[in-house]
Amino acid sequence: MLKKTVFAGFGGQGVLMMGYLYAVAAMREGKEVTYLPSYGAEMRGGTANCTIAVSDEEIFSPVASSPDHAVILNNPSLIKFESALTRGGLIVLNSSLVDRKTSRDDITVYRVPANELAKKHFNDDRSVNIIMLGGFIAATKMTSIESIVKALHEIFKGKKSDIMAINEKSLTLGAELVIKGA
Amino acid sequence: MLMRGSHVIAESAIRAGCRFYAGYPITPQNELTEYMAGAMAKVSDATFIQAESEIAAINMVLGAAMTGARAMTSSSSPGLSLKQEGISFLAASELPAVIINTMRGGPGLGNIAPAQGDYFQATKGGGHGDYHSIVLAPASGQEQADLTVKAFECADRYRSPVIILIDGMMGQMMEPVILPEPIDPRSLPPKSYILNGASQRPSRFIKSLILDTRDMEEHNWKLQRKYESITRDLILHESYLTNDANLVVIAYGTAARIAKGAIKRVREMGLKVGLLRPISLYPFPKGAIVELSRIVKHFLVFEMSTGQMVEDVKLSLEGRSKVHFYGRPGGIISTPDEISKVISSLYYRQNLEEEQ
Repeated sequence: MLKKTVFAGFGGQGVLMMGYLYAVAAMREGKEVTYLPSYGAEMRGGTANCTIAVSDEEIFSPVASSPDHAVILNNPSLIKFESALTRGGLIVLNSSLVDRKTSRDDITVYRVPANELAKKHFNDDRSVNIIMLGGFIAATKMTSIESIVKALHEIFKGKKSDIMAINEKSLTLGAELVIKGA
Repeated sequence: MLMRGSHVIAESAIRAGCRFYAGYPITPQNELTEYMAGAMAKVSDATFIQAESEIAAINMVLGAAMTGARAMTSSSSPGLSLKQEGISFLAASELPAVIINTMRGGPGLGNIAPAQGDYFQATKGGGHGDYHSIVLAPASGQEQADLTVKAFECADRYRSPVIILIDGMMGQMMEPVILPEPIDPRSLPPKSYILNGASQRPSRFIKSLILDTRDMEEHNWKLQRKYESITRDLILHESYLTNDANLVVIAYGTAARIAKGAIKRVREMGLKVGLLRPISLYPFPKGAIVELSRIVKHFLVFEMSTGQMVEDVKLSLEGRSKVHFYGRPGGIISTPDEISKVISSLYYRQNLEEEQ
């Protein structure tokens, strides 16, 4: 089954890393994977996004004209990708920063107060992307949480163990505190 | 391993024994140069140079090839225009080199989005004089790894420049890849023509200036015979669902992937459509197309340009079948949905359902 997911937010929020972790986890689970980042003339604080396709079969186009899932970290990204989402699609919103209502009634919406959680538990915004990823995985079950943890260890090998602990905690927080409903 | 196309090519090049890289930055292929800067620093006998210009870079590659090194440069469309003189000199001097073109929207500075407008430039010579470069067009991460190795092998075997033609999407996209086994360039067969110091042997010359017209004519025919042997030995293509097809789409690189997705959709609707994907663009898989034309009466060429490869398809077919064209130039990436509509509308308009 082919599923395409867009991860989108501000440059600096870690959306590309979020997508990369997910892609590596899916690959390690034996899936076909493509990862396509937006590239080119973007500025700091501008928008960043990447598209990850995961399938049991060969993936033809890595581009998603109508993605199945979107993980949205800020308002501009919601405006950009909401209308493109496929009918019956699924959105995971960072409710700390996204205050707009979705205008679609044919999609499922999940919310994670990612910035608030990050502030409360770590007094630091940097784990927002991992919290959101936890929420996305819990909402879609596209991979197991364990596979994401393995991917974290693979990608961040050599990092300090306390950083790894924050990442793992963030993942669990997102997975546990994701709320269904607009 | 999940790896970006630009990095796959760079790493595969080093593993294939590339020990000289010179390049000048340009989007969307800077990741390749960046990777080379880091990775070649860790290889004791490798040289990385960020040159002062594209022209300098290709001429440094020419110099490195003269000394026998496996050498590479990379750029994107406008940069390739600047390199053409050097590529012509490489072809004339019969020197091996690998050149990566991550094509972008053109002409002029154009934009940085994926496009296929440099087909003519790559396959028809591009620089001045009677010559061709071997041109390979991968369509996946794995093929980028495999064809990079093949590019170095072909460059050495035929003493010819080899161009790998990709676009920003191939270069930026990450896919799972199995990298080639590294080789030691010192284990490669010695080259009889290189300039590596003339002690204990007569001196050698490598030059492209041949003032005597008869000698120049002979040199041209010699190159031509080489292109004939390349055309006999080197053609690569992929056929996808062509066995029972009434309509065959011809596309390469990124366009071929989109076409494949579209074909999968129209097959579900019961339309008998297949894909022929040239992997070597020069030499062009003429024979495979002619063979298909014995049954297939309609071909649809899809390119991310206003129509360049379509001319080679027409030349291959010499009027045997009808050739249709659909193109999206300027950096537009079509969706499989869009192409499946183009295919099905052509299919029904030509009444191919009736043909058996």
